[in-house]
Amino acid sequence: MENMVFLDFEKPLEGLFEQLAKLEEVSEKGDVDMSDTVKELKNKIKKTQKSIYSDLSPWQKVQLSRHPQRPYSLFYIEKMFKKATELHGDRLNGDDHAMVGFLANFDGRTVVVIGQQKGATTKERQYRNFGMANPEGYRKALRLMKLAEKFNFPIITLVDTPGAHCGLEAEEHGQAAAIAQNMFEMAQLRVPIISVVIGEGASGGAIGLALADRVFMMEYTWFTVISPESCSSILWRSWEYKETAAELLKLTSEDMLSFGLIDGVIKEPVGGAHFAQAAAATAVKKAIKEALNQLVDMDPDERIQQRIEKYSKMGRFIDEAVAE
Amino acid sequence: MGWFDRLKKGITTATSSKKEAPDGMWIKCKKCKGTFTKEELEKELYVCPKCDYHLPIGSEEYTKFLFTGDTQKLFENLKSYDFLEFTDLKSYQDRLEKATKATGLSDAITVVTGKIQRYPVTAAIMDFRFIGGSMGSVVGEKIARAIDYCIEQRTPLLIISKSGGARMMESAFSLMQMAKTSAKLSQLAKAGVPFFSLMTDPTTGGVSASYAMLGDINIAEPNALIGFAGPRVIKDVIKKDLPEGFQSSEYLLEHGFLDMVVHRKDLKKTLKDLLSYFESPDVTPTNKKLVEEIAVVKGKA
Repeated sequence: MENMVFLDFEKPLEGLFEQLAKLEEVSEKGDVDMSDTVKELKNKIKKTQKSIYSDLSPWQKVQLSRHPQRPYSLFYIEKMFKKATELHGDRLNGDDHAMVGFLANFDGRTVVVIGQQKGATTKERQYRNFGMANPEGYRKALRLMKLAEKFNFPIITLVDTPGAHCGLEAEEHGQAAAIAQNMFEMAQLRVPIISVVIGEGASGGAIGLALADRVFMMEYTWFTVISPESCSSILWRSWEYKETAAELLKLTSEDMLSFGLIDGVIKEPVGGAHFAQAAAATAVKKAIKEALNQLVDMDPDERIQQRIEKYSKMGRFIDEAVAE
Repeated sequence: MGWFDRLKKGITTATSSKKEAPDGMWIKCKKCKGTFTKEELEKELYVCPKCDYHLPIGSEEYTKFLFTGDTQKLFENLKSYDFLEFTDLKSYQDRLEKATKATGLSDAITVVTGKIQRYPVTAAIMDFRFIGGSMGSVVGEKIARAIDYCIEQRTPLLIISKSGGARMMESAFSLMQMAKTSAKLSQLAKAGVPFFSLMTDPTTGGVSASYAMLGDINIAEPNALIGFAGPRVIKDVIKKDLPEGFQSSEYLLEHGFLDMVVHRKDLKKTLKDLLSYFESPDVTPTNKKLVEEIAVVKGKA
């Protein structure tokens, strides 16, 4: 892999990959047979990766969810579907580039897939507004979900956002109303809905696209009410406590599954989704396919009822009438 | 050296004992700084007689002036607890105990059922004094149960919002209350039971982005702050001053997100009028199947 980016805790890997590149170069020239050494080094890399990734702190997982080389929605869409055609616009005000929507062929079945999209380069990041959708994005998503319902196409949403956009126009155009409306409508959609958090699942911006029959999180992602940084700044009035906040918030896929707030965790390949992108897409596809198989043949009323029941049960409190 | 020596350093009165002004004490208007007695303000429904500023009030005050005759509180048996062991500068458990002690409330929302004039209505009213009116599991559960109650009893639902948003100390559980309340409201809508949402100062974050904005009729008190992000956050993002009146009730009305801005003194009459329209003989009949479904779900729980 060229131009690999290493996070601070991935640094032990950097030297190993450099060595590997040099060895492979020598090997290619064909003077000496280095295959055993290459093999050994590859094993060492794998071992190091395993040891780093088996003991990650919540904050490190947050960092991985934002890894600059982590695949975004468009990558998964390209890899998972035989054919996909992008659709644009909310039919009201505009087309939000932070939210993409497609009609796609998923192993012979038409689906509507919607995702939040970040950018890889400075220019792209600006174009995609860092994956922070405006009300137009949420309304585009809802328009496409209604299209799906009309023709009985299952819906797949890919969540990857540092939050819904905060700005003047976002407020003027009703960011709060748009997110609320999406959840309200998604609760009653007569087609299956599957959501996968593929990166960041921040707050209202994420849940506005993730009220679903099945919600999955990829292993190194996070999903909660606030980012660790904002949480730190509000509760401690300083950005210094982001690591503590990440721990307190219990925002990892493992935590969320243990709380019963999501339906499954999609294991990432060794080294993370950014390291083995194609394998990550395969894993996501497999999870979606299995969920879809469980959902498509259900009676729509039954499916809606189960969906609402699932969310109705979310919450922890003391019921003194029961406790007595 | 002064004439008098302070025995203790700093002011030691607990915030809790400062907040509630005892009868006969003076209350200051935040806006015009005018001072009035509590009785005087109570008569005025806590609207400043001088500058018309709507002083923030809580579930008790709203219940008192909106309802006619007896009311009954529902679901008071639900209590929050610190299940994540969330401790920043204070522990969540401490915050809860302090809030309960200071306010005498069970959480940031109180559900009341009764009548406005002759019209039955069930109201879920938020209290900002309870941890900033933040929405945690109890707020979500009380709203969910209020919705079931409204479907069963076929009483319209009124939610009076006053909240900074989701309760961070319940992390993803508080986030999921957005989904939960919105999903439950979709059932209320399906059952054909009307929902009136009243937004008061402030209604922001996860509360505005879920039930507050989902009313069949959206109402706000004058000059309330209503929005998704707080003004300070937006100012930080855009690095410019915000326009005059940005995120106020009147601004939201102008941008199409409210049906009306109603003065507190006209609130009861407005609600009564609205309730009367939904008693029309043509209104959707109760969805019997849904009532049965809910009964089944509740039986299971």
